[in-house]
Amino acid sequence: MATFKDSLRTQTADSQGPANPHLLSIRNVAKSFGRNQVLRNVSLDVAEGEFLTILGESGSGKTTLLRIIAGFETANSGELWMGSERLDGQPPYRRRVNTVFQHYALFPHLTVEQNVAYGLRVAKRPEAETRQRVAEALAMVKMTAQASAKPSRISGGQQQRVALARALVNRPRLLLLDEPLSALDANLRRQMQVELKSLQREVGTAFVFVTHDQEEAMVMSDRIALLRSGELEQVATPREIYSRPATSYVAQFIGHTNLLKGEVQAGTVRCGAISWRTELPDGPALFSLRPEHIRPVQGASSPGAVRVRGHLLHQAFQGSTELIRVAADGGMVLTMRVASGSSLADHLEIEFSAADAVAVRESPERI
Amino acid sequence: MSADRPRSRWLPIHAVAVFAFLYLPIAVLILYSFNRQGVGGFPPHHLTLDWYRILFADDAIWDSVLNSVEVAFAAMAIALAFGIPAALALDRAQFPGKALFRRLVLLPLILPGIITGLSLLMLFNLAGKRLSLLTIVLGHGTALISVATTEVFAGLQKLDRAQEEASLDLGATYWQTFWRITVPNLKLPIIGAALLIFTLSMDEIAVSFFLIGRENTLPLEIWARLRRGITPEINAISTIIFVFSLIAIVLWYRLRVRAEGGTEIGAELLETSEPHP
Repeated sequence: MATFKDSLRTQTADSQGPANPHLLSIRNVAKSFGRNQVLRNVSLDVAEGEFLTILGESGSGKTTLLRIIAGFETANSGELWMGSERLDGQPPYRRRVNTVFQHYALFPHLTVEQNVAYGLRVAKRPEAETRQRVAEALAMVKMTAQASAKPSRISGGQQQRVALARALVNRPRLLLLDEPLSALDANLRRQMQVELKSLQREVGTAFVFVTHDQEEAMVMSDRIALLRSGELEQVATPREIYSRPATSYVAQFIGHTNLLKGEVQAGTVRCGAISWRTELPDGPALFSLRPEHIRPVQGASSPGAVRVRGHLLHQAFQGSTELIRVAADGGMVLTMRVASGSSLADHLEIEFSAADAVAVRESPERI
Repeated sequence: MSADRPRSRWLPIHAVAVFAFLYLPIAVLILYSFNRQGVGGFPPHHLTLDWYRILFADDAIWDSVLNSVEVAFAAMAIALAFGIPAALALDRAQFPGKALFRRLVLLPLILPGIITGLSLLMLFNLAGKRLSLLTIVLGHGTALISVATTEVFAGLQKLDRAQEEASLDLGATYWQTFWRITVPNLKLPIIGAALLIFTLSMDEIAVSFFLIGRENTLPLEIWARLRRGITPEINAISTIIFVFSLIAIVLWYRLRVRAEGGTEIGAELLETSEPHP
């Protein structure tokens, strides 16, 4: 088991070229199917050993991007580089990239063991080496006991593990995962998120993981690339993308937020009945304010806080916290997050620090 | 509720009637193959194996059986050799005139045998080809390409394409993928098509009638004899054919059930998978 993971690590460390620090570089990739523009000018770098998630709604082009990296689709324009090697134009079987498919795509006529051995057998590795590597890979995903079972005889979670072993046994430089957890039920899914993440840390192979589930992306990723209608909105760490969203779309897609539309004039933002100091230039501005950064005023307000009066509209219980919708004076509706069980008056005063209102770019309308 | 009651009483009777209509003639045919008196007289008495003895000594019948088997195997080979590539082309390739090609390939399926037979006869005459078993083989083979195409095409449609992508992804070339993944997954449709073609060719009469040379196939031999008067020898050979068909069906069914473990997952994937954007 350890040998397998170690061998993977050495492999990736050896192949790290000094010329290009990036394992994979996607340069200005565009793709359309007929008149449907699926990807527009996407550029993205993947570092060695990184867990990068491509996050997006269905139809955002995330699967197409993955298929372009794997070689199942050809981009209309743009380039793909793996280190100093040009990847686009090469058939899928020459790329040192392996894929875990959405529905695993295990070969039904082969046993679990034969499935995992497929890549090595096709590459005509010596039989002894193949057997050993397959055994190690099966042990790694805890599927040794089911080695001689047909895929139809094992559960969805087990199929997922086999698909993972089948890909990793080839020691790819990059592993692509196309919504591999979407077919699993919620409990198993959370468990697999943790397993997958720790496995990735152990083997050190770079993962490019596609999902539409922002929670999954936050839990697992080193970096998230948020794709919207074929364009990247932001590429950043989960923390950064949450606390410093670049656009209004990112702010709304990841977690809850309040979008405040304001006008900056001489260093002051005016937004309905409230205003605060800013260093932004004059003109219209858009701010994202997370619900947890708004709080009811208790006694004296904190220094530098922006205050507003309002009345309670709606309360949504969410377990440890509650989301409260407040109609603020001046017509604005704000959502705030408070600890469950907080007692709130119908008419109340709320506040937030000006620093927590993050200026975001307005995401243009796109189909 | 009350409307259901009379229906449930009539259902078994109805079912028995349908099955009797389907199988009683066959039962009678089998029964009279053991009847000394021949095909006349009811109820049959003096059960005997004499007709089978006569049958086994009858070289003409066995020659025609052998001819039919030869023709069926040859027709199967021709139909599969052309039908499988045609199915692959229909499933994968994009080419101008594809819709027309599809209809042309499937046309012999709905064309009456008389038309096929007659037109082939005219063709062979024009080509100056003497009628023989070979002309029957060519007739059956070409007419049954459509069967091979439809069966294999249906199998290809059910195939999970992600499996082929997975194979390419794992380093197999297109050619390796075809032999290691596509063909094993098409095993059942190909065997199914082969069996179907074999049976269709074995009892084909219309096309054979036009293309027959000196040597008879089994159906034509039986037909020729019936014109001279029916003998239980015909019943005996029919009974043997029936038993063979039954064995073939049972074998086919068991093969299918055994392979089901393999096809289950493919079918399940097909239901839940969505097309790529």
